[in-house]
Amino acid sequence: MELQLLLLFMVFAAIVAVQIEDLLSSVIAVGAVGLGLSLAFLILKAPDLAITQLVVEILCLIILIRATINKDLPLIRDGRWLFNTISTLLFIGLFLLCAYFAFKDLPKFGQPIMRVAQEYIDKGLGKTGAANIVASIILDFRGYDTLGEATILFTAVMGVLAVIRKVGRINEE
Amino acid sequence: MKNKEVGMTLIVKTITRLTVGLILLYGIYIVLHGHISPGGGFAGGVIIALSFIHLMLAFGRETALKKLSQAQASVLESLGAIMFLTIGLLGLLGGYFFFNFFLHKGKPFALFSAGIIPLCNIAICLKVGAGLFAIFAVLVLFKGLDEEK
Repeated sequence: MELQLLLLFMVFAAIVAVQIEDLLSSVIAVGAVGLGLSLAFLILKAPDLAITQLVVEILCLIILIRATINKDLPLIRDGRWLFNTISTLLFIGLFLLCAYFAFKDLPKFGQPIMRVAQEYIDKGLGKTGAANIVASIILDFRGYDTLGEATILFTAVMGVLAVIRKVGRINEE
Repeated sequence: MKNKEVGMTLIVKTITRLTVGLILLYGIYIVLHGHISPGGGFAGGVIIALSFIHLMLAFGRETALKKLSQAQASVLESLGAIMFLTIGLLGLLGGYFFFNFFLHKGKPFALFSAGIIPLCNIAICLKVGAGLFAIFAVLVLFKGLDEEK
C-alpha cells in the first residue's frame, strides 16, 4: 500500500518537474522523485540500493543546481501543442501495449524465479565469508560486471576532464 | 577567513566546520564495513566526495582545492582503477579472474574477513570519490573562468 502511494507521489512529482516554469523548482521536483525512489527501495528491503540512490541523488541535485541557477533559460512554448500531445499519448499507448505483452510472462511481484540466485544465497557466506550478501555478489561472484561498471565511470570522468580542461580554454583565447 | 567574500555566510561556515569531519568519517565507515552492513564502495565513495563538495560550497573553491587539488584527485582516481584491476588480475594466481585468493577468509561479521571484498571496496571508493570530486571541481573551475571573462 505504501509502495503504491509512493509511486503515485513520484509520478506526480515527475509531472510537476516537466510542467513547472521555474527551472530551479523543476530541479527540486526531480530531486523529490529520486528521494521517493530511495524510500521505495527501503520499503522493498534493499538498503544498499537505498543508500546509493539517496547519495547519488544529492550529488546530482547539487551539480544540477550549480549548473542551472542564475541562468534564466526561457520556457519554449511553440504553437505545436496539439501535435506534441497527440504524439506523446500515442507513444504512451504504444509503450503500455508492448509492456502488457512483455510483462505477461514475468513471475508475480515478490515471487521471483530463484534459479541462480538461490545458490548465491545458500553458498554466499560460506564461499566468500562476507556477511553482506550484496557485497559478496557484486564483488566476488559478479566481479566481472563490477569491473565493467568501474570502466564506465572511469571513461565518463576522463571524458569530462578532457572536454572541460584548462589548456584548451587558454589556447582558445 | 581572511577573505569574507569567498563562500557562504558565517552560519553555514560554522556548521560546515562542525559537520564535515563527521560526514567524511561516516563515508569511511560505510566503505570499511561494506562487507558486513549495507553500503559498500560506491555509496561510501560518493559520501566522501560529498564531504569535499560540502567544503567547496561553504568555503569557496580555494579552500577545498588546497585540501585535495584536482591533479591529486585525478591521480587517486587512476590509482583506484589500477588497484581494482590488479586485485582482479591477482586472482589469476588462484585459477580465474576475480578469484578470492585469501585462503583463510576469517570469521563472518568480523572487520577483517571476506578476503578480497574489503580491498575491492576501498579501490572502488577511491575511484568513485576522487572521480566525482574531480568532475565537480572541474565544473566549478569552468564556471569561475566564465565569470572572470
